[in-house]
Amino acid sequence: MTPSFSIPAPLAKAGRLLGRAGAATGRVLGRMGGVAGLFLLDLLWRMVRAVGMAFYGILRWIVLRIYRLCRWFVMRAIGLVLFSYHASIFIVRGLFGLDRVDQETVARARLKLIILAFSLVFVAIAGRLTILALTSDPNGTRGGGSEAVASARPDIVDRNGDVIAIDVRSPSLFAEPKRLIDPDETLEGLLKVLPDLDVAEVRARLNSGKGFAWLKREITPAQQRAIYRLGFPGIGFVRENRRIYPDGPTFSHVLGNVNVDNQGIAGLEKYVDNRGLAELHLAGLATDRQQEPVALAMDSRVQHALRDELLKARDKFKAKAAMGLVTNVRTGEVVSMVSLPDFDPNQSGDPRDNAHLNRLTTGVFEMGSTFKSLSFAMALDSGKVTLGSSFDARGALSFGRFAIHDFHAEGRVLSVPEIYIYSSNVGTAKMVLSLGVEAHKAFLRKMGQLDRLRTELPESAEPIVPRRWGEVNSATIAFGHGIAVAPLQAVMAVNSMVNGGYLIPPTFMKRSEEEAMQVATRVLKPETSDKMRYLLRLNVEKGSGKSANVPGYNVGAKTGTAEKVVNGRYAHNKLLTSFTAVFPMEKPQYLLLVMLDEPQPTPETHGYATSGWNAAPTAGKIVERIAPMLNVAPRQTPLNSDQMLRDIGQKVADRR
Amino acid sequence: MMSRADRTVLSEWWWTVDRLLLGSLLVLMMVGIVLCLAASPPVAARLGIADPFHFVDRQVMFLIPAIFVLFGTSFLQPRTIRRICVVVFAVFLVLLFATLVLGPEVKGARRWLNLAGVTVQPSEFLKPAFVVLAAWLFSESGKRPEMPAQLLAIALLGSVLLPLVMQPDFGQTTLVCLVWGALFFLAGLRWIWMVGLAGAGASGLLIAYKFVPHVTKRIDRFLDPASGDTYQVDTALESFRHGGWLGQGPGEGTVKRILPDGHTDFVFAVAAEEFGIILCLILLALFAFIILRSLNRALKEQDPFSRFAATGLAMLFGLQASINMAVNVHLMPAKGMTLPFISYGGSSLISLAFGMGMLLALSRSRPGAAAMAALSEPMQPPKSGVLATPVEIPHAEAA
Repeated sequence: MTPSFSIPAPLAKAGRLLGRAGAATGRVLGRMGGVAGLFLLDLLWRMVRAVGMAFYGILRWIVLRIYRLCRWFVMRAIGLVLFSYHASIFIVRGLFGLDRVDQETVARARLKLIILAFSLVFVAIAGRLTILALTSDPNGTRGGGSEAVASARPDIVDRNGDVIAIDVRSPSLFAEPKRLIDPDETLEGLLKVLPDLDVAEVRARLNSGKGFAWLKREITPAQQRAIYRLGFPGIGFVRENRRIYPDGPTFSHVLGNVNVDNQGIAGLEKYVDNRGLAELHLAGLATDRQQEPVALAMDSRVQHALRDELLKARDKFKAKAAMGLVTNVRTGEVVSMVSLPDFDPNQSGDPRDNAHLNRLTTGVFEMGSTFKSLSFAMALDSGKVTLGSSFDARGALSFGRFAIHDFHAEGRVLSVPEIYIYSSNVGTAKMVLSLGVEAHKAFLRKMGQLDRLRTELPESAEPIVPRRWGEVNSATIAFGHGIAVAPLQAVMAVNSMVNGGYLIPPTFMKRSEEEAMQVATRVLKPETSDKMRYLLRLNVEKGSGKSANVPGYNVGAKTGTAEKVVNGRYAHNKLLTSFTAVFPMEKPQYLLLVMLDEPQPTPETHGYATSGWNAAPTAGKIVERIAPMLNVAPRQTPLNSDQMLRDIGQKVADRR
Repeated sequence: MMSRADRTVLSEWWWTVDRLLLGSLLVLMMVGIVLCLAASPPVAARLGIADPFHFVDRQVMFLIPAIFVLFGTSFLQPRTIRRICVVVFAVFLVLLFATLVLGPEVKGARRWLNLAGVTVQPSEFLKPAFVVLAAWLFSESGKRPEMPAQLLAIALLGSVLLPLVMQPDFGQTTLVCLVWGALFFLAGLRWIWMVGLAGAGASGLLIAYKFVPHVTKRIDRFLDPASGDTYQVDTALESFRHGGWLGQGPGEGTVKRILPDGHTDFVFAVAAEEFGIILCLILLALFAFIILRSLNRALKEQDPFSRFAATGLAMLFGLQASINMAVNVHLMPAKGMTLPFISYGGSSLISLAFGMGMLLALSRSRPGAAAMAALSEPMQPPKSGVLATPVEIPHAEAA
């Protein structure tokens, strides 16, 4: 369509009016100024008119086009609606047989509808099947794979990174009794490879007709190959994780052990499970997962040395049991812990066996003179008793029908250091009684001796504390009788006497001094700790601990000899000897506790069985062996207790 | 091969029967055996039966008489079929009522009868006979409006529904109602009636939902899977997902071991797990082919009775198959419905063979048969000898 340039009437009229007005203006201008202005104005007007008309034409053309297009669409749409209306009526009437021409037509139409409905149903099912196929997961397994039967555990390493417990994957043998062809033949073949099978039980299992039965857990790869070569149907292997302890019985009580399903059932293995591994196992996630090794505070070299010396001592003194414990006094870390008899965690044994008892945490003992240190710490810390105080240790101290005697009675008034080095029961009892029963009780509670001590080890024992605590109880408890605590518990208290007065809960996990300080509580004044160190050192120089005076390591120590209760009476010939050694005394780092249960006198000990004759020399040998391992440098000059005493005064003055 | 010129019964049967339909049915039976091999051993193990192929053996054992029934029935004439169905219907209706009294209670329902050591489900045999009789009544209602055929059809439905509801067996009840309704629909039921019937059906369902606890549970579970135990359906869906397009391979299925009713109601899911969803689609196509072809033949049928009966039988078969497959893929709430010829079940196999045999017989091509029937039947029933060779009639007329 070509643009039209004809001018509609109203616009032309307006144009003319404008033209006339322009002419009038021109006349005025002409009258005023001349012809040139008029000509220019006329030219301008003509140009404006031409442009306007061009625009108008284009606009009109566009509007017309749009109008015609719209009309076309509307007509088509109406046509379509009408058509589909008619068509649908036609279809519906046809299909549903509404025309009712005759029965046959109706039936045919409705049959077509039924066919249509069936087709739709089939399409729907096919569609659903396709969706299911597209969302399928053919590799997904139900109920987990067979690899999940035994779960993986993290390795356990000592403080230097040496592995002390590790998982090894080993095959386990199972049968599918339903698929066995001849159970007897199968059993015969298996017995050739595994002669230690329980014949009756395995026969019963093979004949059970079940879908699955374990035959033997954890066989060797060689046995697996041999059984595989037998070629019996219905016999299979599952690879399971098996826990291996390379050091055998060395760490037995600390590590505990696992059951056949590789779940921790005792010791730190159980602790590892309780930390969340058990939940992982239940969720089936622990399988073959690379897990962070658990780093212990234990030192396997020290552990070996300690166990070795204790075994020798146990044999030498024919003791029923021997115990040893090394702790870091500044961090509370248990560096070594041995309780003999022990067991091999690689072998499954009867947990009720005596050997499975960790005497250091699960056993409670009357600690004897070792406990005197607590009494001294209390007395010195109270401020009422000083190193210069003295107590009358003549004769016996009697309470009604009880009488307290001294083992090596001096029969005179003793000063506080003398009471300590002669281990005077009477003196200690009098010293404690001078402070009062309630103060004694409160002090022991503060030192954690009256409550059960909880560590990472799940096994622990409640101390045996007198229910009615009178003066006589305080008097005996003062020298370690009448109260039974776990040795680890007593060690925790002794640690606080030499580390500056901090009670630090012991741990089997690695811990720095800073971390230890966060859990520590101050229980003693620093000067009390200094005084206790003096007493301990003095006892080695002049008292019962002489045989533990290892040159160069400046040991401070306290002996303890407790009579064991047999049939409700203290038996004079059944002793529990203990020896607490701390080294190096100038700045204590490690504490060693050695205990012997019922050591027998030997010709060398001149018939004595007290601590100074057996536990003390054993401890000396141990210190000699372990101190270099623990990076304690030997000193050329022995530490003099007199020097220590002088230093205490200086230190006290410094602190003020 | 047989010659078209032969005029023996066998030859005539061969040239008039729907051979493709017959072939598909035989294929279906074979697939049924193969799937039974896959699906039934875990069930046998669960039931503590020593022989893992116990169900397969029994299925094959029933398959032989079933094939005889299928072929034998397909030789019959429409009128003979009608007569046989009257007898079968009467006998099994009595047995159906007998289950209410004599039948042992299994899973809260009395559906089975122990006849001479064979467990029989009378409702299975009643279904095809009922459909044929209903088709006859509806076709009569069109031909002879003076007869109260529709009322009789309603009475027929009532006589079947009563024992079925009392058993209770809601799967069969639904099936029978749907097929009967479809036949009524075909017979020219007025729309207003149809709305009424649909309303009655819906209210029946509502009553069942309200007052029958296990129907309530099943529908609730379908609508809201969290409301109850959907273990069976979930496991079935897992079968499909585990199978994927190509399946895990024969004998490699693991979900089937925990799928309840894996050999009966959920055999389709087992098929998916072991042989893949492609096989399921092929199976679906096979069912669709059988049903749509039968319906298509019914469409071309001249004789009203044959058309109604063929439609009814095809629908019986088709509804059962599609409901079962829809339940398997969780398009419908769970319902005790077996997959024809595929699921394990002796009664069901023979009754299906009977029904499909009749369908084959009714869909045999008999050009002009309708006209012949319309002309001859009301006046003087011809001797059976004349109708035995219906193919001759058009030739005679043309000549």
